[in-house]
Amino acid sequence: MNGAAHLLCRLLAMPETARTLDARQWGEVMTVARAELLIGSLAFRLRGMVLPERVEAILAAAIRSAEEGRRQALWEAEMARRALAPLGCPVALLKGTAFVAAGLDAGQGRHIGDLDILVPRASLDAAEAALLGAGWEWVKPDPYDDAYYRRWMHELPPLIHRERDRMIDVHHTILPPTARTTPDAAKLLAAAEPLGNGLSILSPEDMVIHAAIHLFADGDLSGGLRNLWDIDRLVRECIARDADYPAGLAARAAEHQAERAVARALRAAHALFDTPALPGKAERLFDAAARRRLLARDGWGRGTRPATRLAFYVRSHWLRMPPAMLARHLWIKFMRDRRAGA
Amino acid sequence: MRHVFSVRIGPVSFRVGSDWRGPVEQLRALYADHPAPVDGIADYTVRLSATRPWRRFVRPSVAIAGDYMLPDAAPLPLAHGLLAAEMAMNLQLALGERRFLLLHAATVERDGRAIVLTGESGAGKSTLAALLSARGWRLMGDEFALLDPETGLLHAFPRLVSLKNAAVGVVRRALPEARFGPLMAGTPKGDIRHLVPDAVALAAMDRPARPVRLVFPRYGFANDAQPVGAGEAFVRLTQASTNYVALGEQGFDALTRFVREVPAVALDYPDADSAIAAIEG
Amino acid sequence: MAETRYRAPARDGLRIAALDDLIAVYHRASGITHLVVAPVPELLEAMAGEWRSLESLAEAFGLAAGERGALIERLDELVAAGLVEAA
Repeated sequence: MNGAAHLLCRLLAMPETARTLDARQWGEVMTVARAELLIGSLAFRLRGMVLPERVEAILAAAIRSAEEGRRQALWEAEMARRALAPLGCPVALLKGTAFVAAGLDAGQGRHIGDLDILVPRASLDAAEAALLGAGWEWVKPDPYDDAYYRRWMHELPPLIHRERDRMIDVHHTILPPTARTTPDAAKLLAAAEPLGNGLSILSPEDMVIHAAIHLFADGDLSGGLRNLWDIDRLVRECIARDADYPAGLAARAAEHQAERAVARALRAAHALFDTPALPGKAERLFDAAARRRLLARDGWGRGTRPATRLAFYVRSHWLRMPPAMLARHLWIKFMRDRRAGA
Repeated sequence: MRHVFSVRIGPVSFRVGSDWRGPVEQLRALYADHPAPVDGIADYTVRLSATRPWRRFVRPSVAIAGDYMLPDAAPLPLAHGLLAAEMAMNLQLALGERRFLLLHAATVERDGRAIVLTGESGAGKSTLAALLSARGWRLMGDEFALLDPETGLLHAFPRLVSLKNAAVGVVRRALPEARFGPLMAGTPKGDIRHLVPDAVALAAMDRPARPVRLVFPRYGFANDAQPVGAGEAFVRLTQASTNYVALGEQGFDALTRFVREVPAVALDYPDADSAIAAIEG
Repeated sequence: MAETRYRAPARDGLRIAALDDLIAVYHRASGITHLVVAPVPELLEAMAGEWRSLESLAEAFGLAAGERGALIERLDELVAAGLVEAA
């Protein structure tokens, strides 16, 4: 068992645990929380509790940061909305920006990086042109990466706004076409719920499915603890609104061929955050490895367990590309990095 | 981490973990008279680590890490470990501070009133602040001025004063009793020595002061002093603040109030004595 | 073809501080501070929370036909900066 990362999970799941921490533990937990981009979420969970003075000060700063982050995220969404409105195509917000736009629990204190949106594949070229015309530009031109992105990835190459210096990722599905599991993008947009300003968010089931896919099928699990916390917050809020949610989630996951990712995600969330569990069989080896990976952070903020990390990194790329392509892709990147003296 | 050091500097505290003993011992010696973090909980964590496991021993190279990090930061040789630690602590404050608006400035105080010296590297802020401290001014800080948005007062952040090249000799002559850190030769910014803030600065560390003058010094020019309008001062200060944007509307209020209430002057000077005379005059 | 109309944030969506010739404008929705000179604050005021056509703005500011171009340029800048919405 591992102190600091696990202690963070306990604190998030059961804020009353705060009463039992000593100074050393507070120091470690704050450090892990920052490293995992969870300090804003932690600050919201501990609001109203009696805490040591310095902890209160650190968490107050974290709440300020989260509030400004929220403002900036919503503004990016608004500017994207303005640029894309003339196209008339559906635009769904994804991830953190969606959570704060909809006022969800998962958005409270959430650290938000880039803006992620989902548009129909048919609208991709028009969306790209509209964004370029409104002040966004490509992040880094590199002929190989660009070809790779356009042909194989589930999003445009990243764009950054030249004045505001903020990135936008435009997705047309939520996993690359080359990946082994293929969620139905048209279904995602068809079920999306309007926010009232022309933008929409995914349905409650699709939101959790997206998070689970991103965690276990798409990502290499770095940043996993934060994504897992998203899933905990989303699932609990959805169940509170609709007791039949678990059944609906399982059915929808089957439609998207994402049952395994969702089951794995929920088991992990249950193990670390006591999230209500879905019925189903455990995968002992996988679950144990995933848990090790998720908690691979020490009280100084360092990533630990390098072998587990590498295994998940390779695995995540394996999921995005067929093995032969993966070998070629990694070889080319390796050669290029070597030439650049990385 | 093997070696650990913690310190409080004004309203901000740090804990530093290091793979090597050297930098931690140097920090402990130079910050010997500074207090420890309140209740043993530091605001920020810094890590000085070997870039690869064998780099602890072979051509030891210090990678700076912590709560806040820059993606492409170049590692420093172990001989400059103290500098790495100072840079890392500055970085945490620069990126993480949310209670105070940070101005990139040196500050000195007398009778509760503070003079703020701001400008690019090489403008001479740290040197002037150190020299003024030899003349009865209390040194509040040489790198960051901490402006409280609610009160408009400046809070002290008396870290080790970073002096470069010729300035080291000038300050040593003016402050014969002062404590200095080791010479770090050949850093990217030249030869550096750190000056330890004196007992007066440390005793008064928690006493804020009202800003009464903002000075933009420029070294190596004929004597001249020109008033700077509030608009220009505002622009220059936002460019020099690492957290203006992060503070949102509070930052806007704090800085617009500051430039409207505090008269500003652009001061050109050929040598330290002229600058001191102009500032004290 | 429908005419372009412009809208600025409602009055309480902006904080305005006159410094000297420069005016600092804090846009609450975006968190961005803009530094402008006259007559931008007056322009923003004229469009505060309301859609206005180019025509009506030109009239409000007493602009002759030849000066429309300058007004359009200012408006385009404000749109690019996000301070003004065009539809």
